[in-house]
Amino acid sequence: MRVVVDLAVCQGYAQCAFLAPDAFRLNGTEGLMYQPNPSDDLCRAVLRAVAACPVQAIATDAAVPAPADAAVPAARAGDAR
Amino acid sequence: MTTSDTVKSAVSADLMRQVADAENRHDPYPIYARLREKRVNLLADGSYALGRYADVVGLLHDPRVSSDPHHASNPGSRLLVDNGPFIQRDPPDHDRLRSIATRYFGPPVSPGVVSGQEPEILSFVSDLIDALPASGEADLVDHLAYPLPVSVICGLLGVPKSDEEQFRAWTEDIVRGLDAEQQQGADDLIRQRQQAQVAMFGYVTELVQRHRAQPDGSMLSRLANDHAGQQMTDGELGATSLLLLIAGHETTVNLTANGVLTLLRNPWALDRLRADPDWVIPLVEELLRFEPPVQYLPNRVALADIDVDGTTIPKGASIVLLVAAANRDPDRFAHPDRFDPDRGDIEHVGFGSGIHYCFGAPLARIEAQASLTAFAGRLASPRLAADPPPYRPSPVLRGPLHLRVTYDKRG
Amino acid sequence: MPGRPAAQRIVVVGASLAGLWGAATLRKEGFDGVLTIIGDENDPPYDRPPLTKQVLTGWVAPDHTVLPHLEPLGDTRWLLGTPAAQLDRRAGEVVLADGTRVPYDLVLIATGVRNRPWPASDQAALSGVCGVRTREDAARLIDHLDAGVSRVVVIGAGFTGSEVASACRHRGIDVTVVEQAQAPLTGALGGVIGDVAANLHDANGVDLRCGVTVQALEGSGGTFRAAALSDGTTVDADVAVVALGGVRNTEWLADSGLASGPLGVAADAGCRAVAVNGLVTDDVFVAGDVARFAHPLFDYQFLTLEHWENAAVGAQVAARNMICAPEDRRPHACVPTFWSTQFGVNIKSVGVPSLADQIVVTQGSTEAGSFAAAYGDRDGRIVGAVTFDHGRWIDHYRGLIEQAAALPGPYDADLPDKREPARFPPHPAASYHGPTVVVTGHSPTAMDAVRQPAGRSAP
Ligand SMILES: Cc1cc2nc3c(=O)[nH]c(=O)nc-3n(C[C@H](O)[C@H](O)[C@H](O)COP(=O)(O)OP(=O)(O)OC[C@H]3O[C@@H](n4cnc5c(N)ncnc54)[C@H](O)[C@@H]3O)c2cc1C
Ligand code: HEM
Ligand code: SF4
Repeated sequence: MRVVVDLAVCQGYAQCAFLAPDAFRLNGTEGLMYQPNPSDDLCRAVLRAVAACPVQAIATDAAVPAPADAAVPAARAGDAR
Repeated sequence: MTTSDTVKSAVSADLMRQVADAENRHDPYPIYARLREKRVNLLADGSYALGRYADVVGLLHDPRVSSDPHHASNPGSRLLVDNGPFIQRDPPDHDRLRSIATRYFGPPVSPGVVSGQEPEILSFVSDLIDALPASGEADLVDHLAYPLPVSVICGLLGVPKSDEEQFRAWTEDIVRGLDAEQQQGADDLIRQRQQAQVAMFGYVTELVQRHRAQPDGSMLSRLANDHAGQQMTDGELGATSLLLLIAGHETTVNLTANGVLTLLRNPWALDRLRADPDWVIPLVEELLRFEPPVQYLPNRVALADIDVDGTTIPKGASIVLLVAAANRDPDRFAHPDRFDPDRGDIEHVGFGSGIHYCFGAPLARIEAQASLTAFAGRLASPRLAADPPPYRPSPVLRGPLHLRVTYDKRG
Repeated sequence: MPGRPAAQRIVVVGASLAGLWGAATLRKEGFDGVLTIIGDENDPPYDRPPLTKQVLTGWVAPDHTVLPHLEPLGDTRWLLGTPAAQLDRRAGEVVLADGTRVPYDLVLIATGVRNRPWPASDQAALSGVCGVRTREDAARLIDHLDAGVSRVVVIGAGFTGSEVASACRHRGIDVTVVEQAQAPLTGALGGVIGDVAANLHDANGVDLRCGVTVQALEGSGGTFRAAALSDGTTVDADVAVVALGGVRNTEWLADSGLASGPLGVAADAGCRAVAVNGLVTDDVFVAGDVARFAHPLFDYQFLTLEHWENAAVGAQVAARNMICAPEDRRPHACVPTFWSTQFGVNIKSVGVPSLADQIVVTQGSTEAGSFAAAYGDRDGRIVGAVTFDHGRWIDHYRGLIEQAAALPGPYDADLPDKREPARFPPHPAASYHGPTVVVTGHSPTAMDAVRQPAGRSAP
């Protein structure tokens, strides 16, 4: 899989480095280093990191969950209450 | 101030009272929507509440906004302690203490600690489900959401299993008293909180001594015996341990409980999670947006006059940042009142933002993901016995007190 | 201009960050015509910033830097390995070096920059003389480092040179850095911050030589052996890394009739290329390091930014503007943002620090190496900011710049309220590396000065 972090947006919260330490590392207290092409066995951990990034700085081309329209039937898609 | 401004701030103050009112605990979001109409709401006690996403994020990153209650011109009933925990400190002390605490919790020094907890968390959750009746009814707050967080943080920190119960009791007293000013019988709550705090602090101090005598691999032990680099004083170590034990307890319970509740209200989501356990990843993020366990941050103080949209928040004024309102700001999120884990853009502020961004967030995520996957996967046809369920008293740390659920069969 | 037929054929020239992001945006925004991407490198688009960081330290292999396709590109034609040699605007064709002509309705120029070579070509040809721009460059440098070296000499202490020095120290390799200016990073961040950067080099065991130039690279048997410095000293080393900044890849546009040259390809704020006569074109767009665009936030001065973010965002704006209705076009007006990681410190900057003449430390402490500082122009407005390990605060400064706010004083009570000269070198040439942000003039006259002398009039 391929990953890119927008380091202009990244604020070094390290959520990625907590959840996928084999793909994301901190250099010092907030400088992020990462594997741009991590092996496929890291996929789940990386997707966890992508979701957890507080500023949504991580992008990947790995299969993303099906689009909302397919999953949320329109009739039930109102306010959850 | 003009007459019309006065009228408007009376409205704002009343709205904030409604948020605090237990009657509205099950659904404060329409009130947050009204608070969002004005960018700055002046409240009865002279503090300022903001609920728009851009303003909340902006102030969380504004160096003129302090987390230290000592700067407040009217600190209210807040506990003014010297050498308080880092959640109440500003840079440079905050940064120093947080980075020392991180040394044995996360990267760069200890990158695998939290993710390494996952197997244990999974098996703990599995045991909790095993302990439920084979069919019938169970309270999933008491029997699923509640036991995990304290156990995990005690284990990480190095609090003996035998003392967990005592910790739970102290933590309850402290958390209940945190936003006492918003509740009935505040004086009692505050007194209980202070007693629990003193007792817990004493215990932790003793524990540190024990870890010095008999070190093990736990976080507290390693911090207490760390002689490389910067160190905490014993007082700082105590305050930090207390913070870690308290901050992650009820918040995580509420995240899991809110998750169970939201899944039961949205059966399509429960089906989807059953079919695709990895879907729990965006689901938990959407929960943190949709039903954030910490609804607002009542503790900020202006260090200077701060102008927001023509209103001056004066130096020394308290600032209330309504993260739950920001998470549903239609200027930031499309269809914000819809629970939709597939929305893609879930840049919520459920864990705060800026330098005080939740320290325990990765742990909380793993815990909630494990609990919700197990709930969806192992209980057949679960149904809510009462909707809305009874809530805990706090408007800040908001979540169900009990969640009685009936189900056909435990898998 | 209503009624312009929808474009059927779009050609992107330059297959790196800006080219790929531009192509993905075209597809995302609904372009379903023929899309051709031309690139002179053989590799599919990959990311450069990791090359001097996680690649050079050895954690990531040079060929594990491929950029993701953030949008399915559909059946896109990839013409890799052959450079574009000419833009024939009259015919509406890009002409490749092998003579292939690729017709276009719209074209996106994203040919970026290449390394400024060491001026003496025989010295540059010595084995052990390297640069870092492409992944082959990185692989070659790593091969040298892996083979065991006694010392590396880095020429130029801009961001790239400093990162190379940092990676060498990380690997335990002795390194000498030679910089013509009085301190590292001065071109981009000024002398006050340069002094902080110099401390970083010192603290990490770099042999830093400032105010000195390399006169010659000496070798024996075709292999680099030593660098002779202007102060008369010699540095014995096995590897020399030339980090003298970049040269914009605009030669292929020489007779295109576009206002292009060594400073880049001029464009309006909406990324449309400007012709030599000063008129904006409607079918040629520019993005990334090669673009020199009028920035609305900075008095419409023409800026060239060698920043990842500028390439990523600029390409998206350009691509969108290429295919949207003219009235929906928007400017590429975001506040420039740059980052670098070196010696374990995360450096971020926003705005255009080099436009400033004063600086004030607003948070933290420069002694501790962890701080934020704001840059102000002559009128006392904030035009930029920099943070060292204070990245979570940078958005605050970005907001101030967007609002053209006054330069703030210190936010930390114990900091002295001291504004001092930012100490930028008088001219980029005074430092070895160009500043990260080059202000290339803001008046029509200044633009005249860099116009292609022999350009034909616009078609
Ligand atoms: C080692 C290194 C480290 C960096 N670190 C950072 C950093 O930390 N932070 C940051 O903000 N930025 C950094 N940058 C800058 C960043 O990588 C660039 O801003 C970015 O790559 C610009 O992308 P681009 O697509 O505009 O240009 P480029 O990446 O330069 O790509 C241009 C492409 O066009 C090709 N090309 C050129 N001429 C032709 C032609 N005639 N025909 C066909 N193809 C052609 C080139 O070969 C190249 O593949 C770094 C750059 C380097 C080299
Ligand atoms: C779902 C669960 C949780 C939620 C919603 C949550 C929410 C938050 C929020 C909003 C803040 C910011 C406070 C502020 O800005 O003033 C915060 C801070 C903090 N949290 Fe959490 N938290 C959770 C779990 C945890 C856990 C499990 C731990 C401990 C391991 C923890 C420890 C902390 C600490 C120490 C801080 C202070 C950080 C600082 O001041 O730098 N939290 N949390
Ligand atoms: S989680 Fe996001 S912000 Fe934090 S370090 Fe990773 S990429 Fe950066």
